[in-house]
Amino acid sequence: MTDNTTSTDGGTPVSEAPAPGAPDTAAAATGTAATTAAAGERAAGAAGSDGRPIVELRGAGKAYGNVRALHGVDLAVHAGRVSCVLGDNGAGKSTLIKIISGLHQHTEGEFLIDGEAVHLGTPREALDRGIATVYQDLATVPLMPVWRNFFLGSELTKGPWPVRRLDIAAMKETADSELRAMGIVLDDLDQPIGTLSGGQRQSVAIARAVHFGARVLILDEPTAALGVKQSGVVLKYIAAARDRGLGVIFITHNPHHAYMVGDHFSVLRLGTMELSAARADVTLEELTNHMAGGAELAALKHELAQVRGVDVEGLPEAADVQAPLAASKETSR
Amino acid sequence: MTQATAPAASSSPPASPAAPKDGRTSQRSLARRLAARPEIGALIAAVVVYVFFFAVASPFREASSLANVLYEASVMGIMALPVALLMIGGEFDLSAGVAVTTSALTASIFSFQLSMNVWTGVLVALVVALAVGAFNGYMLVRTGLPSFLITLGSFLILQGANLAVTKWYTGNVATDSISDMDGFDQARKVFASEISIGGVDVKITVFYWLVLAALATWLLLRTKFGNWIFATGGNQESARAVGVPVTFTKITLFMTVGAGAWFVGMHILFSFNTVQSGEGVGNEFLYIIAAVIGGCLLTGGYGSAVGAVIGAFIFGMVSQGIVYANWNPDWFKAFLGVMLLLAALVNLWVRRQATRR
Repeated sequence: MTDNTTSTDGGTPVSEAPAPGAPDTAAAATGTAATTAAAGERAAGAAGSDGRPIVELRGAGKAYGNVRALHGVDLAVHAGRVSCVLGDNGAGKSTLIKIISGLHQHTEGEFLIDGEAVHLGTPREALDRGIATVYQDLATVPLMPVWRNFFLGSELTKGPWPVRRLDIAAMKETADSELRAMGIVLDDLDQPIGTLSGGQRQSVAIARAVHFGARVLILDEPTAALGVKQSGVVLKYIAAARDRGLGVIFITHNPHHAYMVGDHFSVLRLGTMELSAARADVTLEELTNHMAGGAELAALKHELAQVRGVDVEGLPEAADVQAPLAASKETSR
Repeated sequence: MTQATAPAASSSPPASPAAPKDGRTSQRSLARRLAARPEIGALIAAVVVYVFFFAVASPFREASSLANVLYEASVMGIMALPVALLMIGGEFDLSAGVAVTTSALTASIFSFQLSMNVWTGVLVALVVALAVGAFNGYMLVRTGLPSFLITLGSFLILQGANLAVTKWYTGNVATDSISDMDGFDQARKVFASEISIGGVDVKITVFYWLVLAALATWLLLRTKFGNWIFATGGNQESARAVGVPVTFTKITLFMTVGAGAWFVGMHILFSFNTVQSGEGVGNEFLYIIAAVIGGCLLTGGYGSAVGAVIGAFIFGMVSQGIVYANWNPDWFKAFLGVMLLLAALVNLWVRRQATRR
């Protein structure tokens, strides 16, 4: 595990190359190239030396009464690797995260942390085991200041019991330095976090998870509501977290974003696993097709072609050829 | 043009190229940050109301009048504090008004019927008041129903029980006087005495009120639990997801309201020796109004204890000021309604200022 991490650190200059002045697409494109190369290196290096995964699901599933939201899902998360989980709306992505983050319990299969089968009752238990989740929209409390949000639920205190109080100076200082370490510069940590942009808020949430010793970071569609540039920023922090040796579960419905940072791809479809492949075994085109629903979309394309005014040329096959451009289309939706 | 912008620029340079900034956010001016304080609207209103009554009602200017205003404010303010904390935590308690009467009745009837030292009744009342709070909180977190419904239910239960149980034991709507019982004088000293300051008698509740307000402010802004209150009210799901014990926080807040009701109930009991079992109905709204005038959001997550103090102070000034001005006291509720609407508008504006980029 450590060997793998150190070798990774040497091979990825992504986080150190933020390209401040460069246009968005260019920055994203160089990011892709560098990450792709690094990921290949990692996959080769990690093949034999890797220990057991930090988090593993074996045939896991979840039923809400009669509704089977998730069924027979296998997933392994290793340190210093990014596992991408893709799927359309209602594919079971959210259920999967909720199981791993302790909000819900699985009703079938096994959930292992460090090889030990567990049932997590609360998010606190998951946090205590080093699993931190950054939710798409419920990551922060908008009216609370940035530093209070950063330490929410894990506040630093000082003094003996009756007068035990928040160590505000230390918290502000730590929050500031942690944010700067992730490349986030905020002028006023006292401003309500609701006044930050979506990307900044995601980044604060990621920095928070990294600071609190997360070993596994679950990111729930961190780029879904963001513009192209903001998405690039968040992808950069995902790479930064990975390079610090965290196992990352990156949930998204954007195959282009996934392919930029992912080492392993799982595609969920109607609550089951449609595809589970290492980076070496899948191309972006295949991933996009799986994600888009393959045969179903082809049928849909046939139908749409009969409707006047619908441009079927824009559907996945064409999009695969020019990845960065298509990525920007996806996010601007 | 340059002259016009000069004074503003001196307080906050809009685009100062300070070293480690990325330029996407700018430091908000001191005035803007001051306006973002939850209690600033209430403070302005309090000054206006004070000046108004100071001008129109000459008896209002005397020190003893101020003591009366403070007393009136404190009896409500002691309850407005925990109610404000609960509202910041995102919930209501409609049973708070009758819970005060329930505590007073419990202590009175228990001591009288068993002919025991009044302190026994006081302790039993505390247990009952905390139990009512715990019941409200537990029902809320177990069922997930709105606190409006749950506490409306407990409000009706307590209102009915207050009357029925009192009539059952005393055959009357008021309890028997407990003024000749063991420990009464001592308890009266603790809950309902007066302290003379410069020749003016000030009720002891005023001091309790201010000490509790300081304590509540410290709790809110300087402790873990205060952080949890804001987070629970601001975004319950987020708070739970990052490990805040939301259930514990909510139940504790409801029990704090219970403790406040106990304290005020004891004050009423030991001031008047006997308790009217139908009292307290409608007071729950006064507590909520004081909290809202003081800047608490109805939706939770925002507000302050100092604001609730100012809200209660405005309440005290209005209720006494109308008497000192020799007006018909019937106007009191109308005045309060106007204050509430104004406060709501000011709060709306303040919140927009606070979150504006």
